Amino acid sequence: MALTNETIKERLITKFGDQLSRFEEPYGLLTFEAPRDLNLKVMQFLFDDEVLRFQFLTDLTAVHYPNLPGRELAVVYHLHNLVDNIRLRFKVFTAIAEPDIFTATQLYSSANWMERETFDFFGVNFVGHPNLKRILNVDEMEYFPMRKEFPLEDQTRIDKDDAMFGRGGTIAASRDYGEAVPDQGAPVGQAAPLNAPKPAQ
Amino acid sequence: MSVEHHIKLPEGSIEKTTTTLNMGPTHPATHGVFQNILELDGERIVSAEQTVGYIHRAFEKLAERRPLYQITTLTDRLNYCSSPINNMGWHLTCEKLLGVKTPKRVDYLRIIIMELSRISDHLICNSVVGVDSGAFTGFLYVMQYRELIYEIYEEICGSRLTTNIGRIGGFERNFTAAAFEKIEKFLAEYPGVLREFENLFTRNRIFMDRTIGAGPISAERALNYGFTGPNLRAAGVDYDVRVHSPYSSYEDFTFDIPVGKTGDCYDRYLVRNQEMWQSLEIIKEAYRKVQAFKGAEADVYHADAPAYYLPEKKDVYTKMEALIWHFKIVMGETEIPPGEVYYSVEGGNGELGFYLISDGGRTPYRLHFRRPCFIYYQAYSELTKGAMLSDAVIVMSSLNLIAGEMDA
Repeated sequence: MALTNETIKERLITKFGDQLSRFEEPYGLLTFEAPRDLNLKVMQFLFDDEVLRFQFLTDLTAVHYPNLPGRELAVVYHLHNLVDNIRLRFKVFTAIAEPDIFTATQLYSSANWMERETFDFFGVNFVGHPNLKRILNVDEMEYFPMRKEFPLEDQTRIDKDDAMFGRGGTIAASRDYGEAVPDQGAPVGQAAPLNAPKPAQ
Repeated sequence: MSVEHHIKLPEGSIEKTTTTLNMGPTHPATHGVFQNILELDGERIVSAEQTVGYIHRAFEKLAERRPLYQITTLTDRLNYCSSPINNMGWHLTCEKLLGVKTPKRVDYLRIIIMELSRISDHLICNSVVGVDSGAFTGFLYVMQYRELIYEIYEEICGSRLTTNIGRIGGFERNFTAAAFEKIEKFLAEYPGVLREFENLFTRNRIFMDRTIGAGPISAERALNYGFTGPNLRAAGVDYDVRVHSPYSSYEDFTFDIPVGKTGDCYDRYLVRNQEMWQSLEIIKEAYRKVQAFKGAEADVYHADAPAYYLPEKKDVYTKMEALIWHFKIVMGETEIPPGEVYYSVEGGNGELGFYLISDGGRTPYRLHFRRPCFIYYQAYSELTKGAMLSDAVIVMSSLNLIAGEMDA
């Protein structure tokens, strides 16, 4: 019998009760959220359970949501059950002030570099990792460049803002990068408003 | 360190018993910018420590400020030995997010391109394993057929290495007659070349001695290390994204998944060679299917998705709708639905995944590339432990490590 998202969800809820939340299926992929200190227990259960058998770590990464206070960093795991050929995704949220999450390296050797990469770019501290140091960036770097407060482009440019394309409102709000948004007062080269008084001849 | 020493040192020698050797970052035998700090006991490797990141270009960060169609050029530069697969993988990811359904002919044309690039990828990898074991001939011999594959790309999209081939929803233009001619030429001539290539290596005593037993890995360890692609199949696990989660109508094709047994360099070589034969069959079948389209269907080369498919340039200049859509797509005015997508394709060296989060803005909120060789390169120190220095070189080339993909 093929394993379905419902079966997985049922087994997880039987085991962990209401500690797991936000079950969704975006584009057919079962997605849920686990509490921060349970990530390893959930993974171990998914690995060991004789029905679930999620024993392949496909991907591990993080996402920064500056607008969610107390849960700014999401660590996202993609697991794959190669026997029944089904995938799932689960997320663990943590506060950016205290980004400690248990490492998965005991379970998956492949998690080693993926966690180093996540640490390198987001500053997630994987507790118990054997060698948690930067991997793609230089060791001397003092910040975590994939966080949203590090904008990519020259922030004096306002011509590439979403608001310029009729995309104000909610989207602009979700794109609020917090502290790093510069004041948009008179960037160099900005045209004068149309109704500005003409200079005296 | 409790290591069995093979060097006989005179009593009271002040010399170190092990030697540290930096192989790379720029070393002719590393085929890319990798650094390996090897701890050697004589010629035996005690430990290897890999350093990556020399050509990190922050693709994931760059992607957060680019509209979807501009990210294709970033994916070119991941695994540059088979960039069309990366491009297609990216288009497919976008199509999944946007809900674009591509016509069958587009799928088959894509399969032709993807399988051609798989051949060119495996070809380079296998011939380089030959070079590293001292046989240069194969490498030079097959190079002209990689050249032919590049000419096919050129005929379709205008470029060779970093192809930027196709668009979201299809191809930028239909395949020309010259492109089909070249594909036919390839299908006719390549089997003979591949057979000769196999004659040079497969039962070659020196090649076998060098590769059999070099860098083996068990199926269990390979899975634990996140191996995918030919390297995992060489260890005996028949996991192939084309079969397990078919994309681009791969479900319409019948082909075998070659598997190895020991996961050593020789099995990896054999699996890649067999895959080239399978790819050839897939291309033939896809080519037949493409030729079988009649009437209006025979000219379809993109999906009917004006909101996402960049219109042809001559239409932009002559038709108002095309001009409007062109403007909207380029300026980021089309609706991108919010959503979360993980999509993967079978790249040249494993499962190439795209994890895309869209918040409805013009650009991805977050894009993560699952780069297969970044994940499996971790196993290198385990693979080479206790091996000879010369094996370290061969193991590295037979893993098909591409610096561009690893460092993203």
